[in-house]
Amino acid sequence: MIRSIIMALLVAVLTAPAFAVEPGEMLKDPALEARARELSKEIRCLVCQNQSIDDSNAGLAKDLRVILRERLVAGDSDSEIKTFLVERYGDFVLLKPPVKAETLFLWYGPFAIGVLGAIGVAVFLLRRRDGSAVNEAPVPLTDDERKRIDVLLSEQDRKA
Amino acid sequence: MIAEIGHYALVLAFFVAIAQVVVPMYGAARRDAALMGFAAPAASAQFLCISIAFGALMRAYITSDFSVANVAQNSHSLKPLLYKISGVWGNHEGSMVFWVLILALFGFAVAAFGRQLPDTLKARVISIQGLIGLAFLGFILLTSNPFERLDPAPLDGRDLNPLLQDPGLAFHPPMLYIGYVGFSLAFSFAMAALIEGRVDPAWARWVRPWTLAAWTFLTAGITLGSWWAYYELGWGGWWFWDPVENASFMPWLAGTALLHSAIVVEKRDALKAWTILLAIITFSLSLMGTFLVRSGILTSVHAFAVDPERGLFILGILIVAVGGSLTLFAIRAPALKAGGLFVPVSREGGLVLNNLILSVATVTVFIGTLYPLFLDAMTGDKVSVGAPFFNATFVPVMIPLLVLLAIGPLLPWKRGNLRAAVEKLWVSALFTVVVAGGILVLEEGAPLAPVLGFGFAAWVAGGVVTELAERIRLFRIPLGDSIRRLFNLPGAAYGMSLAHIGMAVFICGATGEMNWTRELVATARAGDTLTLGQYELVLEKVERSQGPNYFRDMATLKVSKDGVPYATLHPERRLYPVQQMPTTEAAIRSSISGDLYVAIGEGSDQGGYIVRVWVKPLVPWIWTGAMLMVLGGLFSLSDRRLRIGAPKRSKRPAARPAVTEAGD
Repeated sequence: MIRSIIMALLVAVLTAPAFAVEPGEMLKDPALEARARELSKEIRCLVCQNQSIDDSNAGLAKDLRVILRERLVAGDSDSEIKTFLVERYGDFVLLKPPVKAETLFLWYGPFAIGVLGAIGVAVFLLRRRDGSAVNEAPVPLTDDERKRIDVLLSEQDRKA
Repeated sequence: MIAEIGHYALVLAFFVAIAQVVVPMYGAARRDAALMGFAAPAASAQFLCISIAFGALMRAYITSDFSVANVAQNSHSLKPLLYKISGVWGNHEGSMVFWVLILALFGFAVAAFGRQLPDTLKARVISIQGLIGLAFLGFILLTSNPFERLDPAPLDGRDLNPLLQDPGLAFHPPMLYIGYVGFSLAFSFAMAALIEGRVDPAWARWVRPWTLAAWTFLTAGITLGSWWAYYELGWGGWWFWDPVENASFMPWLAGTALLHSAIVVEKRDALKAWTILLAIITFSLSLMGTFLVRSGILTSVHAFAVDPERGLFILGILIVAVGGSLTLFAIRAPALKAGGLFVPVSREGGLVLNNLILSVATVTVFIGTLYPLFLDAMTGDKVSVGAPFFNATFVPVMIPLLVLLAIGPLLPWKRGNLRAAVEKLWVSALFTVVVAGGILVLEEGAPLAPVLGFGFAAWVAGGVVTELAERIRLFRIPLGDSIRRLFNLPGAAYGMSLAHIGMAVFICGATGEMNWTRELVATARAGDTLTLGQYELVLEKVERSQGPNYFRDMATLKVSKDGVPYATLHPERRLYPVQQMPTTEAAIRSSISGDLYVAIGEGSDQGGYIVRVWVKPLVPWIWTGAMLMVLGGLFSLSDRRLRIGAPKRSKRPAARPAVTEAGD
């Protein structure tokens, strides 16, 4: 499977024109074309490494761009188009995977770890404080120390 | 013959590494000065051997010795000299030799500059460094020999991937590797400290400059790579959340956290176990990056080796390194005594939060990068995790960090007052509101993203300026005195301010590019005029000519801005016949307000060429911001305090210059 993808990738790179979206593909209606561009950024070029069909110059990406625009012209909503593509190519076609059982950890894992980390940090910080000397009133300075501070401060003012 | 000398030197380096691992470690355990003294010369010998091997490989490339298989596969006699040299690390085998070269260089640096290190610590650090080297030398000798010969030798080579034949990419790998591999020293120091059972401020003061140097190079390396992608791939993107990019970004995030937590160990003798853990994690992520990129699990211009045997070998190294170090950590870390005390609202507290957020950011990238592999292995389901996912998750994670970035540096050590710190930031808050409001007004019906982006940038920048003003007591003492203070600040203070302001500049660039980019795609014939915003471009001609090892179509476009002649641009399309690969060379006109980016495509069937034009506001700010971070790292490295070595408690605290006391 992977090998065939790589071969397809190589073939695509060698034979395809150098550009992603080409003038011929673009829709006349600028609003619809803008929607097409935004949507294309979320659709994976299936034979490429981590490129959206908006970025890719592969032949398949071009085909998908054309299909996507056809659906848009036919009046489909963004989510209808995504559903249409997922039915044919699976979730693999979406660069932002849908939230479902298999992707729960992907979407909420970092958040869960963040919460756990925050709790850990809170416990750590509060434990640090409890029973620590920092929280008690500072011991008053002795006269000797006070004199030394005065000397240091006046020295600092002269230098600064 | 020379290639055989190189091969021999590698084998020698392998055996030197064995001695470098065993003798000093045993010596340190026995407290035997003679055996520990073996460490430094061993590290030097190791560096010498690998240098010879690297030199031999370099010579084979420069002289186009195609009897060496590696050269034949990756070079070509017509290739310009710079790319013959950069070709040495532009392939799997050569890049691994380069990897161990840098590793040995860092070991050598400890041997050479670590005179003030305690004997046992130095011996153990060099020993661990040797152990990492041993693993990778074994990898090279057993699976990736760069000096393999071909008989008969081919007449000419197969050339380097044309995408890699570029000045930006010639220097991207060395920078990146110095960064990646530089974290090995933080790892070695962490391991040595765990074996010693002692972490103190002196230790942190030793680790910090090396970590800082590695971080600085890694930042520069990532920036170069991003810049290269921007102008070479021909569609003006600068960060794709590609797995190989993430592989370098994760150590960067963890390394950034490490830099900050090491400050707490150094100044306050706290967060010791965590800092050790971060050092382990940072280097493990570097190793994992090497594994991801080199194993062929990911296919890209970086994956030279699509060979399961090699992947398994590196995976083995990774498992042993991570497993071994974490086990050692689990055994020894509880024995590390907690040091300085502090309350939650304090500089230490701020840095703990910094670490928390950066860790969560690292985890986000980690999960996003590995999830497709993980899910495929577990269930066979295929999902894609691309830029839209990371933009939706990583960016929100980083926002609290930006808020904190302005406040943290204003908090004093040990015990701070949040209200006092926030009150100092009123100018900054005002600036933020003005900037965000300004964007809101200028861009009618603006989406929230640019308002937030520039707002946060303003907040960060305001925070940096406030902190600097506090440091030099601006307007509270005579201006002349403030200026004198400004010039007398320690290097680390400049370093922090530069790196943080770099962050603000970077956010501006990224926000501008992502939200305000405008694009035009059209088919144009000679003489046609294209208009995009203020720019008018006339396609004058497209000429075919020949470069040293490629053919090219070069277009000439006369550009005027608001009717005034602005620039003449020459975007190219190249074909490298040896690899039958076309590339685009975009023409970019940069100014402080943004880039005008033009690329041409193939001639179309109906005549004319496809021309793509982008106006990308503030893009140069992205690189400028990153370079400010690099500059910050260099300034911080220049700090005297990092060179005079570990602080020793003198009997009587002597009066020190006021500035160093008032600051940091």
